[in-house]
Amino acid sequence: MGTIHVTDYNGVSHPLKISTGEKVMEVIRDAGFPIEAICGGEGACATCHVHVASQWYDRLPKANQKELDFIEIAMTYEPGMSRLSCQISYTEEYDGLEITITDEDD
Amino acid sequence: MRILSDEKRCVIVGASHAAAQLALSLRQYGWDGSILVIGEEKFLPYQRPPLSKGFMAGEKTLDEILIRKGLIYDKNDVEFRLGVRVIEINRDSKTLLLDDGTSIAYEKLALTMGARARKLTLQGSDLPGVCYLRNLEDVERIQSYVEAGKEVVVCGGGYIGLETAASLKQQGMNVTVLEMMPRILERVVTPELSAFYTRVYKEEGVKIVTGVTVTSFEGEERVQRLVSADGQVFQADLVVVGVGVVPNVELAETAGLSVNNGIVVDQYAQTSDPDIVAAGDCTFHLNPMYKRELRLESVQNAVDQAKIAAASLCGHQEAYDTLPWFWSDQFDIKLQIAGLSQGYDDLVIRGDINLGRSFAVFYLRKKMLISVDAVNRPQEFMVGKRLIKSRKVISRELLAEEAVPIKNLLTV
Repeated sequence: MGTIHVTDYNGVSHPLKISTGEKVMEVIRDAGFPIEAICGGEGACATCHVHVASQWYDRLPKANQKELDFIEIAMTYEPGMSRLSCQISYTEEYDGLEITITDEDD
Repeated sequence: MRILSDEKRCVIVGASHAAAQLALSLRQYGWDGSILVIGEEKFLPYQRPPLSKGFMAGEKTLDEILIRKGLIYDKNDVEFRLGVRVIEINRDSKTLLLDDGTSIAYEKLALTMGARARKLTLQGSDLPGVCYLRNLEDVERIQSYVEAGKEVVVCGGGYIGLETAASLKQQGMNVTVLEMMPRILERVVTPELSAFYTRVYKEEGVKIVTGVTVTSFEGEERVQRLVSADGQVFQADLVVVGVGVVPNVELAETAGLSVNNGIVVDQYAQTSDPDIVAAGDCTFHLNPMYKRELRLESVQNAVDQAKIAAASLCGHQEAYDTLPWFWSDQFDIKLQIAGLSQGYDDLVIRGDINLGRSFAVFYLRKKMLISVDAVNRPQEFMVGKRLIKSRKVISRELLAEEAVPIKNLLTV
């Protein structure tokens, strides 16, 4: 069990508990933040798009091309920060991970 | 801590995609009464798309396909009665009668019963081994017959039939798809896409027979053969039938609600009764963008319409005006569809549809993009959605020109 820090649209950071193996998207969504996973977490939409703090970005496993194809086209795309949160599974190494939710329309 | 009013209960009938979203959206919109979801299956709401994909392949468990974990409903004070059916809606007394004899009162009612698989009533179609695919238990039944090297005949060349065919082929079975119409996916895609999929299935070693009408099933103790109207015989150890769904409107119809090709709702998901909303596969509603009434069979419609329905119940009027979109996974092909293509007057293909498995088909009407079929082209899908919503006149040359990155079209 660890903690990730999620910043909302107002710039307020919230600590969320997360267990090894849990998808970051599910934890953020279930905590009541306005992100979705309409495709069920399959990487088939971009409704779970988040910005990972740049110092954490390289510590996560790299996004595969399929994910990049979705992110790069997102309205709030930021290179070096954008990830689909359904593709990030938590492990202890990411304890303290910092994420900001995006105002993604799609 | 939430103080719940027992006098004020919202009951949701049906426990799948629309129900799960509606229940949680009610809390988001401020519903302070109790929420009860009634489902005839004994499971918490689970995702349906994986049933014909990863779940059938044994790659996912029920826990992994639940729409939300149980504790999320607990946190939001959403209760469930599972494994029971509502058999009557009494709108005068605002009560529901369940098949276990109990009666439930409602302040507000949401109908999210979805649709059921259309069943064949041909000779022998009730033989063991003739399976349908709509819910989890259907898939478990199919799985009990799956055996590498054996024959499976899929009746119906729509999305369910084809996804099942792909999954079972990948599990080592010999697969034949029988389709009544002259081409597969006839109801849902254009001839160009049908031709593409026909090529792919041939490349994958799946036999497709079109223009064939099955008239009977034969076998001792279980299905062994299918016979068609023109006398063809197909051997089968397993049959999976995917010939469409029928919206579950009976409860609503008997209760006197307005019903057409689905429960009729307005743009606020409101039925003809002010205390009753409906959302998802069971509804017939106006799509403002395409200016037609329709019934959509998609997760996107279930989820988006459910939010509108929840808003309505809490007194917020938001009109349902979201762009329909849909996806289907077969073999290594991810098809993503944005918008509705009926009524197109021009078609532009980006990429090679005759070779390989990566291209997009853009459908235009009066020079504006109305729909996109993207095959392994997520960027064309995402950009396409935005272009459709923008209602701008689009250059067909730029749509077709691969040398111009598709995202550039957003700023043209």
